[in-house]
Amino acid sequence: MSNIGSYEKRRENFNWDIAKEVLGWKEGEILNIGAMCSDRICAQGKGDKKALIWQGFGGKQKTYTFNDLRVLSNGFAKFLQDLGVEPGEKVCLFMDKIPELYVSFLGVLKMGAVAQPLFSAFGDESLEVRLLSADTKVIFTTRKHVKKVRKIQDRLPALEKIVVVEGNPAKLRDEEIYFSMEDFRVEDFTTFESDAGTPSVLHYTSGTTGQPKGAQHGHGSVWGQALTTSWVLDLKEDDIYWCTADPGWVTGTSYGIIGPWSLGVTQCVLDSGFTSAAWYQFIQDNRVTVWYSAPTAIRSLMRDGEALVRQYDLSSLRHLASVGEPLNAEAVIWSEKVYGLAFLDTFWQTETGSMMITNFPGMKIKPGSMGKPFPGIVAGILDLKTNEPVTEPGTVGLIAFRPGWPSMFREYVKQPDIYRSKFVGAADDAMPAELRLDESLWYVSGDRASFDKDGYYWFVGRDDDVINTGGHLVGPFEIESALVEHEAIAEAAAIGKPDEVNMEVVKVFVTLNPGFEPSDDLELNIMNFIRKRLSPLAMPQEIEYSEKLPKTRSGKILRRYLKALEWGEEVGDLSTLEDD
Amino acid sequence: MADEMRDMVLEYVIDEYVDEDDDEEVSFDTPLISSGIVDSFSMVSLKVFLEKKCHVSLPDKEATPEAFNTVNKICELVRRFQD
Repeated sequence: MSNIGSYEKRRENFNWDIAKEVLGWKEGEILNIGAMCSDRICAQGKGDKKALIWQGFGGKQKTYTFNDLRVLSNGFAKFLQDLGVEPGEKVCLFMDKIPELYVSFLGVLKMGAVAQPLFSAFGDESLEVRLLSADTKVIFTTRKHVKKVRKIQDRLPALEKIVVVEGNPAKLRDEEIYFSMEDFRVEDFTTFESDAGTPSVLHYTSGTTGQPKGAQHGHGSVWGQALTTSWVLDLKEDDIYWCTADPGWVTGTSYGIIGPWSLGVTQCVLDSGFTSAAWYQFIQDNRVTVWYSAPTAIRSLMRDGEALVRQYDLSSLRHLASVGEPLNAEAVIWSEKVYGLAFLDTFWQTETGSMMITNFPGMKIKPGSMGKPFPGIVAGILDLKTNEPVTEPGTVGLIAFRPGWPSMFREYVKQPDIYRSKFVGAADDAMPAELRLDESLWYVSGDRASFDKDGYYWFVGRDDDVINTGGHLVGPFEIESALVEHEAIAEAAAIGKPDEVNMEVVKVFVTLNPGFEPSDDLELNIMNFIRKRLSPLAMPQEIEYSEKLPKTRSGKILRRYLKALEWGEEVGDLSTLEDD
Repeated sequence: MADEMRDMVLEYVIDEYVDEDDDEEVSFDTPLISSGIVDSFSMVSLKVFLEKKCHVSLPDKEATPEAFNTVNKICELVRRFQD
């Protein structure tokens, strides 16, 4: 029997307080994610239960109990207090998927600061933009990644402390602090008394225009994350759960830390890159029961074939789910054939904080469909022109949600206007505190879909130019801004190009400055320039040189025209296109 | 010829993936992926480099972290597809 039981009955009798029942949480208890994922589980008598089974490069393994999480996160919390960090200040976590990342996340939250995890493959420019925007005060990193911080620290006036948690302390600079997690176990720590609205986790997300926006979440998000973990991922007491996402992105915190640990479930982490064989070996060795992954990985596993699957004992698996980009029907059908279990697609985003439209255990699966709205979530499809909800099945429009679910982001850091622009029907002067509770509005996700006569949603595509590569959103503006800093490039446009495995990869169109000619060396130079400045995800995998780029009469580059040509779609209204 | 390729790949790895202030020595057998010198996401640019400079097409399926883990292994892979 699945945790959700009957989807229809759950929808009929829903309220978010069910999350408190699922967690056994009583009024008067501290609502602090850091403590709820560690101290609270120990108080339930599960201190000796395994919380984290970690494996790194070369098969190196470490295991931590919930009691380890408790005392080690206390150590991080106390260390931050001793540094003078105040509640509400931002603490960046910039490291690979090492145990210190997971434990420090809890420690930061326990002392009331805001955890700002950033993807460790970010280059120095991507890092700078996000640290500057957040006024980040402290950064935890490793010997390997501290070099990127050094390059930008002089341009970050708010950044006071650089703390290195791994590597050789003798190689650090004088102003850098070394912190050894294992040597800093603290038995008692008084957790900060946060409430539902207290800022907890800050994730950055890319848009079509401007630099990435900081989506701020609160401690109350745990209700949505715990309940969706229970009902969609179906985690139970004895499960061994594996979420393959990196906590530098929202899936890695909502479902790679908060969801499973608030429920006291054991989870595994593999920090050694992707190969199909290594992943199957990891499942076999750890007897993984529930596996939450991404379409890019699933398509790579498909590519490596069924014969490889047969070399491993994957019989422990009982439930599979997917997130990050639409899961194609072929992948669902293939997984059912080779694993005996279909990957269930889940749809949500950084801003929503938890799953919104999903396939549920026990529900009839229509391969390729996003599924149905989670109980308690009011979803709709808005007409592309009028923004009115459509009623006719099959009509493509904007995916939208009525505000009010507990994991909803509370603001974009320092950008109330952009926050407001996400709500259809918002008053011109409405502020985030009103908007996120106003159930008469629609929060618009930025994606297009339709629903069918049975109420299943079907993803169509983004409503903007944001590039979804391997489940990660990359903003074209960020890439274009960085490209024109290259000495050879005069103008640039970045789009997503179809890709069999990653859904999209970055393609750029550039015009060159006088004195530069297209060549293999220049192409590699441009690719590496972006890889190092932004991230490997933003690196163009194709560069097309042009004499000029298509523009509107007002001089704006027509990205959508280039994208339509690339995708073989209708180019639409070209009345604003600049004449030759 | 084989030595030339090894030297070229090593030089590229050092230029593009090793920081100037890094005092770690990288040789033909230094682990690249498993040591974190080249992260798995960045393998794409290394693959493009090999394809352009060695005039070879490397199937995605073969461009695994294991096959890219040292300069020597990379050169073995390239030679296999050059043949």
